[in-house]
Amino acid sequence: MRPTILAGALFVIASASAAFAQSSGPIKLADVAELSGGGATVGTNWKNGIDLAVEEINAKGGILGRKIEVTHADSQSNPGVARAQVQKALDDEPYVLLGPGYSGSVKVTAPLAADAGITQIMGGEAAELTQMGDKFLFRTSFGQQSSMPKVAKYINDELKAKSVAVVWVNNDFGRGGRDVIVKEFARLGIKVVADQSTEAGQSDFAADVAKIKAASPDAVFIYLNEEESARILKELKRQGVTAPLIGETTLVGQKVIELAGDAANGARGHVGLTTDAPVELIKQFRDKFVKKYNYVPDHNGIKGYLAVYMVKATTDKMGKVDPKAFADTLHGLTIKASEEPGILMDVTFDENGDIDRQGFMVEVVDGKQVVKQVLPKLH
Amino acid sequence: MSNLLDLLIAGLATGAIYALVAVGFTLLWQTSQTINFAQGEFVMLPAFLMLAAMHAGAPFWLAIIIGILLSMILLGLAFKMLLVDPMLRHGVLPLAIATMALAIGMKEAVKQFFSAEASPFPSIVPTNDISLLGHVVSLQSIGVFVVAILAVVGLTALLNRTSLGHQMQAAAQNPTVARIIGVPVERMILLTFLINAVLVALASLLITPIYLAKFSSGEVLGQAAFVAAIVGGFNQVRGAIAGGLLIGVLDNLSAAYVSTQYRAAVPLIFLIVVILFRPQGLLGRSEERTV
Amino acid sequence: MNANGRYLRLATGLVVIAALIVIPMNFNRYGLFILSQWAVMTIAAMGLNLTLGYAGQVSLAQGAFVGVGAYASAILTTHGWPLPAALGVSILASFAIGWLLGYPALRVQHHYLAFVTLAFSTLAFLVFRNESWLTGGIYGISNIPRPHIFGFATNKPLPFYYLCLGSLAIVSLAVWWLIRSPWGRAFMALRENPLRAQSLGVDTRRYTLMAFAIGSALGGVAGGLYAPLTQYIDPVPFNLSLSLDLLMMVIVGGSGFFFGPFLGAMIAVLLPEWLRFTQGYYLMLYAIAVILLLIWSPTGILGILDRFLANRRTKAASALRAVAKSRLETVQ
Repeated sequence: MRPTILAGALFVIASASAAFAQSSGPIKLADVAELSGGGATVGTNWKNGIDLAVEEINAKGGILGRKIEVTHADSQSNPGVARAQVQKALDDEPYVLLGPGYSGSVKVTAPLAADAGITQIMGGEAAELTQMGDKFLFRTSFGQQSSMPKVAKYINDELKAKSVAVVWVNNDFGRGGRDVIVKEFARLGIKVVADQSTEAGQSDFAADVAKIKAASPDAVFIYLNEEESARILKELKRQGVTAPLIGETTLVGQKVIELAGDAANGARGHVGLTTDAPVELIKQFRDKFVKKYNYVPDHNGIKGYLAVYMVKATTDKMGKVDPKAFADTLHGLTIKASEEPGILMDVTFDENGDIDRQGFMVEVVDGKQVVKQVLPKLH
Repeated sequence: MSNLLDLLIAGLATGAIYALVAVGFTLLWQTSQTINFAQGEFVMLPAFLMLAAMHAGAPFWLAIIIGILLSMILLGLAFKMLLVDPMLRHGVLPLAIATMALAIGMKEAVKQFFSAEASPFPSIVPTNDISLLGHVVSLQSIGVFVVAILAVVGLTALLNRTSLGHQMQAAAQNPTVARIIGVPVERMILLTFLINAVLVALASLLITPIYLAKFSSGEVLGQAAFVAAIVGGFNQVRGAIAGGLLIGVLDNLSAAYVSTQYRAAVPLIFLIVVILFRPQGLLGRSEERTV
Repeated sequence: MNANGRYLRLATGLVVIAALIVIPMNFNRYGLFILSQWAVMTIAAMGLNLTLGYAGQVSLAQGAFVGVGAYASAILTTHGWPLPAALGVSILASFAIGWLLGYPALRVQHHYLAFVTLAFSTLAFLVFRNESWLTGGIYGISNIPRPHIFGFATNKPLPFYYLCLGSLAIVSLAVWWLIRSPWGRAFMALRENPLRAQSLGVDTRRYTLMAFAIGSALGGVAGGLYAPLTQYIDPVPFNLSLSLDLLMMVIVGGSGFFFGPFLGAMIAVLLPEWLRFTQGYYLMLYAIAVILLLIWSPTGILGILDRFLANRRTKAASALRAVAKSRLETVQ
């Protein structure tokens, strides 16, 4: 009984410390990310990227003379918790909401931010996120509806493959990509001869690879998380599968190369963001990150960094700190790297919050990611 | 047909890993009535201890020794004295739940103090593959298999054939009477935990190169080993081998022939069936109900 | 307990209930969401308490039953069913599945129910994720509507909180009645001494099964409210972690005590808030705290309180006895 009253009193005290509107003082950014649970690597990289950007910007005087203050909350890779944390963050009236990274968490939190009229810049890649008609949601990376067709095109045009084996991780990320690319394959007349779902955290791929081998595909499309990508690459090598292996950022990243060793050679993929891009600004970002955190970031680290610079660029364009006009300003905005180096590469945001930016087709050669083709920005 | 053999061999390889983790599990239960839900994390930790030693500059062979010693201290001695001893008088269930909490604590500690990312781990067994009857097998898997068998054979011999083993079993099954006849019960139980600590360190050394060192690798491993132990026979160490290999093979076969989406379901349904019709497991000894 | 003590307890109870109704009127959306979550989790924990604390059975599937209830409620309400009807289906489904699961599993010794429920937990998650024709699969079910109760819309946080609070009150009264009834006494007999209960003619298996099924049904109720609370569900929250969390709630609060789940759920929901300043270390501290608590008192916090009060009463009684004894001696 007594503890209940105590808790009740504490609630009152906690809620009494309400936030006041921001008209001066620091600019508040609220970040909700997967800092624990299955997505801990994603969220931690995202958070580190954000912190690096905030530190840089504040060192140069902040945005329009005001310093940035960012708070991080842990969504525990759980949409229910993400919802609660975002609700809490929104109650504090931040300038912009950052994150989450997991598409499921984005789906459940987007209505909250939209209701509150606060712009949300997140890391999710599922196609449907920008198809919900949400005017406050913005991506930091290609949505699957942009990246998958590019991969399918490559498989069709360059590899001239007529049959494909698809292996994907059974969560919203993997399933989303698989659904989009299978539709593309159907459109292009490429036959899907194997359609394997795998579990996140799976370590034994012998059965999956055996099935792929038995199907004799012209190409294998791999859409798993980084560690599992490394494991399946090793297994594919062990069982002597010679068909070309194509994927996305999660197949050809530095981490995968480190974990898979030789088995990663020959893997190809479309990457939107990679620390190995032949872009000088990205190289500088990578060095700064490694200096501060002692490891090479994955693409989530780049996304977090970009998110903060998106905030800066938009605010600079508006000339004032106006949360209500933010979303409208960012829609249709083109940010050039020559004007704002923090954005690393030129990018344009469309009406739905999708991005248009250059991308790369890369191949792993001798343990290094080598850019084979630069896919230019569309506009 | 050759496909089936491939799957069987792969299943045995994975199964050997489960068996090695399950051995310590059944040992703890058989000799000290402890259900250790943190067994997966126990196998995850020594690799990180060894990695930490290597980061501090130790060569691999020294790091291994340090890892085994630290393992014995932390996962054997400290585990027994700080967790098991105070809790065992409350009964089996509170201890089991405490080990659940311990598992969470260990995972978070490694994530916080080491890294949330996966790290590669050097292998003491050469990493090449060899050809066995025309099928490719990795030497690492063979290594795990051999060590698992040796561990089970060795422990079974110890428990059933030596006086020390008999004392250990007596200490577990009826500590009061055991004390009366002069068995040093406390020391026997301590010995159990030390043996488990060495076992998990060995398992860690062999499995981590394959699974990669990640704070969360204990979850899947722990659950699979748990299922393997129950299916094989919870109260007999040899149950671990049978259960582990069976679950590994079942897992691979169901991935290939049933459905990859429901792959994990088949061993679990098998578990339920075994519990219903043969609760002591395939190789276990039937437990009498104590009045 | 004399009349004064009884009035005191009644008064305290009324004050707390009044506080739970009035104070949240000043809360922001987040505070109301957390409180509603507390109410829902308490219902699930009460179910588990019935199974574990009163009937002595370990269930590691309570989270899966919450999932069953949540999906039933979500699927039906997004097809236009009113919430009370959907809740009815949630209860029936959880009860039936609990019964079917428990019937064979309880033929074997008690710790085997734990293993069977452990397996079921993962199986349920797989079904939720793979059967996308029914559950929306990994994409989940979104836009779950908030119900209209007695003509009131519950779209705003405060009215929905009252709905959760009201449901908690109804469930609490039902469980209170159950425990005070002959059934409840049979449950406790099962926990204390199953063999003796059997020798006295109590059908242990049937009562254990009922306890497990009812406990699971309560999990279904909680799930049925969870769906409109978050307005989006996918398979992820309903895995083994939730079952373990609920187990911790019951144990930490005090298994076998009526208010244990209330306290345990409060701690589980509030502790992340209080420990937020510890950043990444919070889960570690929680784990260590749980272990220490278990070592000190396996019957949880209320167990400590109970022992403390019992100690005081014993001391008071001994003191009275000593006084009475000395009086007798002086008389003689």
